[in-house]
Amino acid sequence: MISMSEGAKGGVNIAAIAKKNTVWLVLIVMVIVVSIATGGSFVTPVNISNLLTTEAIKAMLTVGVMFTILAKGIDISTAAVLALSATVSASLCQQIGPDTLLHLSTPMPAFVGLIAGVAVAAVVGFCNGFFIAYTKIPPFIATLGAQLVVKGIALLYTNAYPVANLTPGFKIMGQGFLIPKVPNVVTVAVVVVIIGGVLLTQTRFGKNIFAIGGNDIAAKVAGIKVEKNLILAYTFCSCCAGLGGVLLASRSGSGIATLGFNYELDAIAAATVGGTSHTGGVARISGVIAGILILGVINNGLLILGVSPYIQQIVKGGIIVGAVVWDMRKHAKKA
Amino acid sequence: MEYVLEMQGIVKSFPGVKALKGVDLRVRPGTVHGLMGENGAGKSTLMKCLIGMYTANEGSITYKGEQVSFNNVREALEAGISMVHQELSPVPERTVMENVWLGREPMRPGGIFVDHKKMLQDTIDLFARINVNLDPKEKMGNLSVAKMQMVEISKAVSHDASIVIMDEPTSALTATEAEDLFRIINDLKSKGVSLIYISHKMDEIFGICDDLTIYRDGEYVDSRNTKDIDQEELIQLMVGRKLTAMFPKLSFEIGPPIFKVEGLSSGKLFQDVSFELRKGEILGFAGLVGAGRTEIVETIFGMHPITAGKIYKDGVEIKINSPRDAIHNKIGLLTEDRRGNGIFGMLSVADNTIIANLDHYGLPLNHKKIRSDAQEYVEKLNVKTPSLAQEIKNLSGGNQQKVLVARWLLTDPDILIVDEPTRGIDVGAKSEIHSLITRLAAEGKSIIMISSEMPEVLGMSDRILVMHEGHMTGIIDRADATQELVMQYATASV
Repeated sequence: MISMSEGAKGGVNIAAIAKKNTVWLVLIVMVIVVSIATGGSFVTPVNISNLLTTEAIKAMLTVGVMFTILAKGIDISTAAVLALSATVSASLCQQIGPDTLLHLSTPMPAFVGLIAGVAVAAVVGFCNGFFIAYTKIPPFIATLGAQLVVKGIALLYTNAYPVANLTPGFKIMGQGFLIPKVPNVVTVAVVVVIIGGVLLTQTRFGKNIFAIGGNDIAAKVAGIKVEKNLILAYTFCSCCAGLGGVLLASRSGSGIATLGFNYELDAIAAATVGGTSHTGGVARISGVIAGILILGVINNGLLILGVSPYIQQIVKGGIIVGAVVWDMRKHAKKA
Repeated sequence: MEYVLEMQGIVKSFPGVKALKGVDLRVRPGTVHGLMGENGAGKSTLMKCLIGMYTANEGSITYKGEQVSFNNVREALEAGISMVHQELSPVPERTVMENVWLGREPMRPGGIFVDHKKMLQDTIDLFARINVNLDPKEKMGNLSVAKMQMVEISKAVSHDASIVIMDEPTSALTATEAEDLFRIINDLKSKGVSLIYISHKMDEIFGICDDLTIYRDGEYVDSRNTKDIDQEELIQLMVGRKLTAMFPKLSFEIGPPIFKVEGLSSGKLFQDVSFELRKGEILGFAGLVGAGRTEIVETIFGMHPITAGKIYKDGVEIKINSPRDAIHNKIGLLTEDRRGNGIFGMLSVADNTIIANLDHYGLPLNHKKIRSDAQEYVEKLNVKTPSLAQEIKNLSGGNQQKVLVARWLLTDPDILIVDEPTRGIDVGAKSEIHSLITRLAAEGKSIIMISSEMPEVLGMSDRILVMHEGHMTGIIDRADATQELVMQYATASV
């Protein structure tokens, strides 16, 4: 028999909700502070749209990397994957001209570029997952290696030149408005977040990753295919980055091997600030959304306020470490 | 001075259990003193109280005529009491000499730099003193367990120990290596050092111990001179408790055999184990800690490779390479290490309940069914939790255990293996688990139950398989089973 404790049942417990959603409170407070500090220019529709568009690509990376952190791992190769996918997809969709990368007789349709970009990412992710699951090398090392290799491949592939002069069909993906007034990258980011949330809470895969991150031996004993699920998590993470890469190439009009510099760290930061625990087994998609937005508000707000980008970095660094310290304390207290 | 060490009325309580209920120990100088008792008799706890790893709640310790109370291992070491642990803890990547002098390296004048020359010479002198033949510059990780143990003993002696405690020192040694150890023990003895020796091996006890003190269930039983006692009497003293009828064992018809293990081995873990399990039967696995019982069931469950032997279910040979295979064959394993490989602390009671059964909730997951299944079993097993969403780590050990039982019942196993199902849980939850196991057997599930608690094994099992050092020494029928007989098989003294 379950003995329900009073209070958990009766009435809405505001304190409990606030405690569970501290990260959202932090976001709200930050929005208010930044709005006041900027004299209102922060909350204009144009600026909000700007903020969301800037953060959209990173949001995709964040959702992906959340799964790897949840599984008690990490993926620091996402930005490199993003760059590779950007260059590969762009190279297939260049307009015919004298200096195209692949000298195709006709450019490929945009969706081929998209699929190729994501497929390349999937391969990298599969390899990451495979090495981590079967050779048990630390995920940081596995993906550090992948980062270097993938970056190298992207540079080699493009000779470090931008892959520009892309077909209108390709560019419209990242620059267009499928929904009026909402940039496509934002729409896609929202879709990725929703997919991430559904995977996390509505599928066996999600439950398995929670279990593996929480206690991988117990997961094995409970009959979970630990290796297969790890491979899936890293593959999904990479695919998110690949999708981001294609859209970034499309939006910026060229695929460059150095695109998305440091994005992997921003993604890890957003997931972390959003409450994804690096000790594994803890993540909530709502928290991660807030984490993405918090990083966005910091980036955008400090920019409007004219704060030096160097100081922005310092602020971000402090917030990330602070978030983890707070997270550890929270879990330590309960244990 | 008659005794170098006198411990009197030592009481040590842990939340929920009284591990030591006022026990005594008197050790004469220059002797080997054996501590005897079953698993959980309190021998190791008593030693940990002595060396300051635990603080006794009551009682007094007199060492070399003075009342002492060590706050930590370091204080005990400095006073000359050291312990060679069952699990050695060397730093494998450093050299032998660095391990010996770890934390108290000789320094060059100025106290900044380590004096490696002196360290080497000190180590050579030390090894010469107790006849240990080891290269001080060898990397610790390259040594055999026996040699690592020699290093540990040397380390103990280097503290000018008056008392050296050895907990199951020969459990990982070959016969020749053990001989070497006994030679060193005798050497130390002749130098006036006292040794406190914990072992389950009867021949060793009678071979090297001068005195014996026997404990049972945290109580002092008796102290004897080894030459005044024989093996039979010793076993009697170790197990001689009165068995009370606290076990809710149901009697009912036991069905036909449904599971058979033939000549099963897994490398060095255990060899040549064969048994049959019948429908509705509770087969107890008895034996001393380290006898290989857990390893057998983990192998059956696909956690260790099978190096020889076959497993049959319903008369058909089955292959098990992973826990998943075992679950598909309708076998469930409630592991011994609840925290280590049982619960997912951060996940909810509901998720912990249904995690082994995830294949049955579709896509997207049917959360309503997950909740109702969890609710059903939580109620059935009387799990006390504020809600299904509660993180399981906030539950008591007994309730966590019930959730784990629920997890396996949800997979509807034919065979449920439970490894130390009542370890570390309170008395009330314990008897609930006992009735549950009996009820499951009555419902036609076959149970393998490992237990280190003699009354539990005797009270619950239809038959008892006894292990000794990786080998099966016998299967005893319920009607014939006595504590003495089980202990004789467990110590291979039949």
